[in-house]
Amino acid sequence: MHEMGIVLHLARTLDETAEEEHLTKIGKVVLQVGEVSGIMTDLFTDAWDYFKVRHPVLKDSVLVLETIPAVTYCDACKGTYETVKYGKVCPLCGSEETWLKQGSECIVKEIEAE
Amino acid sequence: MRLITVNATVTASNDRDAEALRNRLTEKGTLLVNVMSAAGSGKTTLLSRIIRDMPEMKIGVMEADIASDVDAKTIEALGAEAIQVHTSGMCHMDAGMTAAAVDAMEGHADLLFLENVGNLICPAEYDTGAHLNMMLLSVPEGDDKPLKYPLMFQKSGALVITKTDALPYFTFDLDRCVERAKKLNPAVNVFPVSAKTGEGMEALEAYLRAETQKLSAKEF
Ligand SMILES: Nc1nc2c(ncn2[C@@H]2O[C@H](COP(=O)(O)OP(=O)(O)OP(=O)(O)O)[C@@H](O)[C@H]2O)c(=O)[nH]1
Ligand SMILES: [Mg+2]
Ligand SMILES: [Zn+2]
Repeated sequence: MHEMGIVLHLARTLDETAEEEHLTKIGKVVLQVGEVSGIMTDLFTDAWDYFKVRHPVLKDSVLVLETIPAVTYCDACKGTYETVKYGKVCPLCGSEETWLKQGSECIVKEIEAE
Repeated sequence: MRLITVNATVTASNDRDAEALRNRLTEKGTLLVNVMSAAGSGKTTLLSRIIRDMPEMKIGVMEADIASDVDAKTIEALGAEAIQVHTSGMCHMDAGMTAAAVDAMEGHADLLFLENVGNLICPAEYDTGAHLNMMLLSVPEGDDKPLKYPLMFQKSGALVITKTDALPYFTFDLDRCVERAKKLNPAVNVFPVSAKTGEGMEALEAYLRAETQKLSAKEF
């Protein structure tokens, strides 16, 4: 399962932060997830709940997921548009010379901890 | 409780592990090639052919599979060192898992292949620590795959179009496929091959030899 792999990496990132900042307990974890990152948020939350109880620093943590909308940039007309609604073809000019500008990321934005 | 701004991508620690592994392998003089494709595109068959065609090279293979070990047995039968890495259900190899597999290899290899899990999506998202990402696309899969799985095409230094002996039976437009791939990744090296007839294999093998030599010259 794809989500479990991401959870393992997330836990490692948080462990490293906990060590650098001398944290003993992480409360809230705010994660920014791109709309077309391929991450299923329900599966992700389930995987996290399964994993966190096995991790002392994380066992009481709550995951907050924020969605980053997917935006595509058009090379031909220099416009941007909603990826999910229009796909690869630019609705402004019909060009296919388009690139995903944002929406595939998975970023740990901030945490609440002590 | 205090608020700490992290702003790190979830795979940041993986990227660090990957860089460390790459440097370690460069020092050892081992070129690591991450082989990625959909299930059944011909990875094991291609690697078997390369091992037979390049007896002068010490070649090793790490077979990542969700459960079985048939591919590792196939490679071992050819006299190359092979190990099986079970991913315990994980759909991709990450740098930590790759480093553990590298440590489990006994002999030295000039050219070490990682046969990644058969899947065109997740393996592309993780840097394994390889010097070169080589993706396979087989003729029966269709020439539209660059449109559907752009990330895999963007992350690959070499695109091997396999099973070209099957071209007469499929409506696969080779030129259009290459054009689509180059649009996503202008620097990609494309090799149409048939591991069955051997067509196109010399060009791919010459490329792998040249990449291995680049490593001795520390050009990575
Ligand atoms: N016609 C033809 N068939 C091929 C060629 N290469 C591989 N095959 C066939 O394709 C099938 C799958 O090949 P494998 O080498 O096992 O593919 P794989 O990518 O290693 O498969 P997984 O490890 O299961 O993902 C086998 O039946 C091969 O005989 C080729 O060049 N031409
Ligand atoms: Mg195989
Ligand atoms: Zn446009």
